[in-house]
Amino acid sequence: MASDEYNEPVADARLIGCLDCDLVQRLPELAPGASARCPRCDNELWRRREDSLQRTLALTIAAALLYVVANSVPMLGLSAVGHQASTSVIGGAQQLWHDGRETVALLVLFTAVVAPGLQIGLMLAIVLGARRQHPRRWVATLLRHHPTTTIWSMIEVMIIGVLVALIKIADYATVIPGVALFALGALVFLLAGIQASFDRREVWERVEWAAAEAARERAGAPVIEATP
Amino acid sequence: MSPTAASARQLGLQSCPACALLSRPARGAEAGHCPRCDEELSFRKPRSIERTWAFVIAAAICYVPANLLPVMTTTTAAGADSDTILQGVVLLWSPTGWPLSLIVLVASIMIPSGKILALAYLLISVQRGSAENSEQRVRLYRMVAFIGRWSMVDVFVDTFTVSLVQLQPLMSVAPAPGLFFFAAVVVLTMLAVESFDARLIWDSADSREVRHA
Repeated sequence: MASDEYNEPVADARLIGCLDCDLVQRLPELAPGASARCPRCDNELWRRREDSLQRTLALTIAAALLYVVANSVPMLGLSAVGHQASTSVIGGAQQLWHDGRETVALLVLFTAVVAPGLQIGLMLAIVLGARRQHPRRWVATLLRHHPTTTIWSMIEVMIIGVLVALIKIADYATVIPGVALFALGALVFLLAGIQASFDRREVWERVEWAAAEAARERAGAPVIEATP
Repeated sequence: MSPTAASARQLGLQSCPACALLSRPARGAEAGHCPRCDEELSFRKPRSIERTWAFVIAAAICYVPANLLPVMTTTTAAGADSDTILQGVVLLWSPTGWPLSLIVLVASIMIPSGKILALAYLLISVQRGSAENSEQRVRLYRMVAFIGRWSMVDVFVDTFTVSLVQLQPLMSVAPAPGLFFFAAVVVLTMLAVESFDARLIWDSADSREVRHA
């Protein structure tokens, strides 16, 4: 029964349905920094951020730089009885692959490298694209898919995992934390800052609608519909 | 709450999970596209209960080998030694290392089993049409969604132990079959959380209110 048709929007754009309990309600006007919660299930419906795009852009650029550093230098070094070894985030996945655990290697690569990279890269594109008065359709497409990258991006979990591994190994070898470990630690805070400063609703209110674009394409198509 | 409180479904409206726009599907249609962001819309996530059950049952099945099979094998001159997740927790337990041991215990044993039980409870309560404790149940769902990712900790511990301890012929660590099942539990429970629709928790209370009105 799925149709390709567009739904008819409700006239009042402030009217929303809570995504956790489906209660229909009207969003109030909010002062910057204030938030609106669902009266029935306490879900945070919207938090209005101050100067959202500028702050998010600054944090995202910093995050992109740290991401590059974190993935290009060693994260952990080890020395024991004359042996030296070091590993990076990607090196960890490579060793698993080499040991025949390809699926787990791909999962580690995805959650620790690919998803965080997409999370930062898409956000950079969204924020840059949303600086125009009327952001293009691709901004909406990226914004729609951005939450998925956030769910699977697990840098903060990885850091704890690395610390546990580090302390386990420290019993029988000297471990040296590398530059990448500190870069990743700082990246965790930047990613949290991006989440706290980005106001999705502000961008959604300004993007070109999918239905409007479809209508424009129909109008601009070479087949001209006869009007009586 | 205003006395005319109603759910979007009762009003014939669908809210977009991506951009939060509220819209009305074409007359008689169950689904349509969001006019603002193009997301496919429905009143509830399609086949949410069946899909969530499938992921939860698969996760519960993988949970058994994940805990019984070793996740790492350590090879030294003295021979090879395999550890399960629980043995890893015990090995890490020491006067100085117990906080980390506790983190691994909570993240690897308690969170995955707690997630499976919590999701099963939510599914059963929705299927029985329970209208009680909706607020606590939606809180439980949010907690499961928020905490779930932390069970990946052990996968990362093992990954970086393996990649660092390659001191052949003195000592080397290799991943063991349990790691695959453990990673599968993490991924399957995360997919289960994504396929569950929290609005189902409120549906029976909503329809009861209408009957009384």
